[in-house]
Amino acid sequence: MRSAVSTLELRRPRSIREALTMLRDDGPLVPLAGATDLYVALNFGTLSASRFLDLWPLEPLRRIEMRGDVLSLGALVTYTSLTRSRLVRQRLPMLVDAARVVGGIQIQNRGTIGGNIANGSPAGDTLPVFAAADAVVVVRSAGFERRIAFVDFYSGYRATVLRPDELIVAVEVPPLQGDQWFRKVGTRAAQAISKVVIAAVRGESPRVALGSVGPVVVRARRAERALAAGQGIEAAVAALQAEIAPVDDVRSTAEYRRAVAGNLLRQCWARAAGAPNPDA
Amino acid sequence: MQFTLNGREVDVAAHPMRRLLDVLREDCELTGTKEGCGEGECGACTVLVDGQAVVSCLVPFAQVDGRDVRTIEGADAQALQRAFMDHVGAQCGICTPGMIMAAMSLGPDPTRRQMQEALAGNLCRCTGYEAIYRAIAAAKRANRRTPLGVESVV
Amino acid sequence: MASFTERAVGRSVARKDGIGKATGKAVYADDLVFPEMLYGRTIRSTIPRGRVRAIRRTFDADGFTVVDFRDIPGKNVIALIEDDQPCLVEQEVRHIGEPIVLLAHADRERLLAAEVDIEYERDIPLLDPAASDVAFKRILIQKGDVDANLARAERVIEGTYRTGAQEHVYIEPNGVVAVPEEGGLAVYGSIQCPFYVHKALVTLLGEAVRHVRVVQTETGGGFGGKEEFPSCIAAHAALLALKSRRPVKIIYDRSEDMLATTKRHPSVVRHRTGVMGDGRLVAMDIDVLMDGGAYVTLSPVVLSRGAIHAAGPYRCDHTRIVGRAVMTNTPPNGAFRGFGAPQTQFAMEVHMDRIAEALGIDPVHLREINALRPGDTTATGQTLGSDCSALETLHRAMTASRYAEKRAAREAGRRGVGVSLFYHGSGFTGGGELRLASRAAVELTERGVRVLTSSTEIGQGTRTMHAQIVADALGVPYESVEVAQPDTSRVPDSGPTVASRTCMVVGGILQRAATEMRQRIGDVSPADYFREHGSLRIEAEYEQPEWIHWDDETYRGDAYATYGWGCNVAEVEVDPVTFEVRPVRITAVVDVGKAIHPALATGQIEGGTAQAVGFALLEHVVMRDGAMANGQLTNYVIPTTLDTPPIDVVLVENPYAGGPFGAKGLGELPIDGPAPAVVNAIRSLGIDVREIPALPEVLLRQSARASAVDVGADRKPTTAARR
Repeated sequence: MRSAVSTLELRRPRSIREALTMLRDDGPLVPLAGATDLYVALNFGTLSASRFLDLWPLEPLRRIEMRGDVLSLGALVTYTSLTRSRLVRQRLPMLVDAARVVGGIQIQNRGTIGGNIANGSPAGDTLPVFAAADAVVVVRSAGFERRIAFVDFYSGYRATVLRPDELIVAVEVPPLQGDQWFRKVGTRAAQAISKVVIAAVRGESPRVALGSVGPVVVRARRAERALAAGQGIEAAVAALQAEIAPVDDVRSTAEYRRAVAGNLLRQCWARAAGAPNPDA
Repeated sequence: MQFTLNGREVDVAAHPMRRLLDVLREDCELTGTKEGCGEGECGACTVLVDGQAVVSCLVPFAQVDGRDVRTIEGADAQALQRAFMDHVGAQCGICTPGMIMAAMSLGPDPTRRQMQEALAGNLCRCTGYEAIYRAIAAAKRANRRTPLGVESVV
Repeated sequence: MASFTERAVGRSVARKDGIGKATGKAVYADDLVFPEMLYGRTIRSTIPRGRVRAIRRTFDADGFTVVDFRDIPGKNVIALIEDDQPCLVEQEVRHIGEPIVLLAHADRERLLAAEVDIEYERDIPLLDPAASDVAFKRILIQKGDVDANLARAERVIEGTYRTGAQEHVYIEPNGVVAVPEEGGLAVYGSIQCPFYVHKALVTLLGEAVRHVRVVQTETGGGFGGKEEFPSCIAAHAALLALKSRRPVKIIYDRSEDMLATTKRHPSVVRHRTGVMGDGRLVAMDIDVLMDGGAYVTLSPVVLSRGAIHAAGPYRCDHTRIVGRAVMTNTPPNGAFRGFGAPQTQFAMEVHMDRIAEALGIDPVHLREINALRPGDTTATGQTLGSDCSALETLHRAMTASRYAEKRAAREAGRRGVGVSLFYHGSGFTGGGELRLASRAAVELTERGVRVLTSSTEIGQGTRTMHAQIVADALGVPYESVEVAQPDTSRVPDSGPTVASRTCMVVGGILQRAATEMRQRIGDVSPADYFREHGSLRIEAEYEQPEWIHWDDETYRGDAYATYGWGCNVAEVEVDPVTFEVRPVRITAVVDVGKAIHPALATGQIEGGTAQAVGFALLEHVVMRDGAMANGQLTNYVIPTTLDTPPIDVVLVENPYAGGPFGAKGLGELPIDGPAPAVVNAIRSLGIDVREIPALPEVLLRQSARASAVDVGADRKPTTAARR
């Protein structure tokens, strides 16, 4: 353990309102939930902040509910609760598939979607799902709430448009038409960081999003247009491979990521049209 | 900070940002919970918080305030422990406490696939996992009789 | 006592250490706390090659103990084979992570916050072993006339094969506590070889410390990674304890362990093999290169074992094996289960499948034709006895795995099947055991008998298996035998716990000691004898079988007293979308001589197989500028439950007359075969892979089908996600 814990400070609000007040009046504070990313940095001694806000006890942020025809997921919803939720399994099965391959059970019990979004790793497993689903991030500050389209949420590598006094409180997912599909290609079969991760919706307006192929999650608009225009899968693959920017790192190569991203799109689109999704 | 540790109410004064792992090992002197990586990768530090398996190297101490914490020292896991002995589920033993804590979530007669998924967050470098599955399968056998001694059953 | 007839050997009795491990009560190094204890930290070089110009510390020295090379009372070396590795850098830096300054403090936060600035004069590092002209060791093994027979062969098949570094990933990182005590110093730690550490400390501390004691704590895995390295960390803790006069604990975190400790030697092996059209091997020309890293450590002996095993378990009258282990500016590579043999046998076994392809012969048949039989000679000229089981393991593996059926079926799908045949010499190479002159003892206690050896329990079952051997040799119940904790002041030097020697060699010495004790005490039970006559201790020393002859100069003769034999069949699936290889099942048929404890023996094979699956498919040490760039368990990945296939183990017992109850060495053998079997299974699908780890990136490169995708109508989308 390489961080000096005694120099750190943890604020422990009892309500969302109190949390927002602390963020406004007593910032800067870094929100902390399941700590599955933050405490890795704590162990490595690479924490960039020293003051934290503990959201974990805020039960209202754990709700999974329908608001009209929109699926609303509280920021503290864990991967385990996603996989157990009938609502999520019905409405957003690709998110369940993503949640199942985030780390082991221990991480799934603690990691939250709000944390995955806020952490903003380009390899975040749920991020392509939210991008492909046209999700909306609900953020709140003391006295103000705004909704940000998920695809506009990131401004660069691990950078978001969130202001220091704002908190992610929920993610909203509108109804989706078409078959959902998710696949993660990691460094091993479980407990892996992705080399390429894809979420796609195959319907009248095709949607494709990928992770680990650029500094932020990529919504592959050009590939989608090629598919929507009926230009064929090879045209879509070419478009996709042109709009991603993978790099070489310790986990994989740009060459591999580009080739496999294309193959994943082919695999997704080669499924028999209208094939039932077993989890739907 | 007050919480329940292995069934007993305790009050432990420690910094809220300390790792639960360190508080258990150092302040509570429960060294059965092991540190293998400090990254949440190996699962050797697995304990139960409110019945859920977590890696205690990634849990701020403040977050167990008022909760129920179980470690290998106080786990109700005698059938599993005995089966790990009988079936050589432990070789070097460093992953064993975490492995047993993670295996507690499994129901009766688990399939191989269920065991693999439940233990995917627990690394073992000695066994290739096979003996661990044998141990868990024996412990979770639905009609299991009262465990006897630790003599060989293999 | 004469009436006690129940045997322990051959039964899976309860492990001696089972209860402690299952309850969390077993005490590992990091579980130890001593009064007034300080924590130690190592300041390491950040350049791969150069010289230290200046060292500046900017922290408040209050409460700190600071040690550099000038504080070493004896010789500034980590004594092992050659005394070339300094304990602490004086000027010259040869690798990243080399220890320079040691700090200790009672407060870990202050210890971590302390800054030491080191100014260097940088040199250009040597990182490519092929370009290195500093050889730590060269080996030449010659048999027959290779050149003439290459010339007369009907075909000559060539190939180059590469294996990467491998990290041990014992789940417990390296750690020790050094404790000043009356008259000297005790070091407790996670250690495979207490007497190695003892020798290193005595050399380092010289006259300054009268008495050094090394005690093994419960050890959370070793695999060779705690063979020679603990001498370094123990030396550091000892120096800090000596200077501070307080106990000092050093426990590496995972990152430091991965950065600074040893790895398996990366290798490049070239084969040129003359074959006849009917499949007979007539000449083998083999070149072995191993990357030793910055210091000699164990590289000469790793190379030696690698070279001796390089021709595989095959008969060939004309063989030349040229080996060299060279210096590069990376942390020293060292002992790792298999000790060079997994590298060279990977090359041999993949090469065999390429020969089979070239000749149009089934790879199993090619092995059948050439496998060593009793009476055949190895590359070093050793004549094999009747316990040579190459053919038997091959045949039994074919049946157990239903190989022929699976091989025929592979054309239809994307499931491949591959085979490997391998062997592993038991014990130290050549005259090594004679030089070690290992000793082991048994002594009577009030309750029965106690085993005294320096062999360590590192998970493999040393305590249990030694107690079984002694129980049966003495004719007493297993439960009445206890095993002493290895403490160099109390146990004789039984040699290191390495080289698959703990059962066969040390177990054999114990068997003799216990047999002698039985003769001495006659029909009286140990406890009764103890009550009547007081304590009795019988110590025995290794005796080399008279028929063993070995010439260290020419590398001719009996390289090992005997060999374990094995055959693996691997089934794999290659995903055409992602090029990921999924191992489906591995069959391991292994001749262990005699399974003293069948469940432990099976566990060794299953565990070694899983570790080899990682070596084959996942474990990639990414080196950048001479340092491991992925030194976290997040990025250096070992097999999880979901990466490890079902492993079917078949134990073959073809006894070795010189081993206790017929036992041969077992610990390392299982890691020799799975990697080539997996790669040959990939090859059976038409993908030419000659290196490991066989990462998806490698398969993509090697696959002609890089863009053509067989999408497979059977693949449901969500199962794809779950894999």
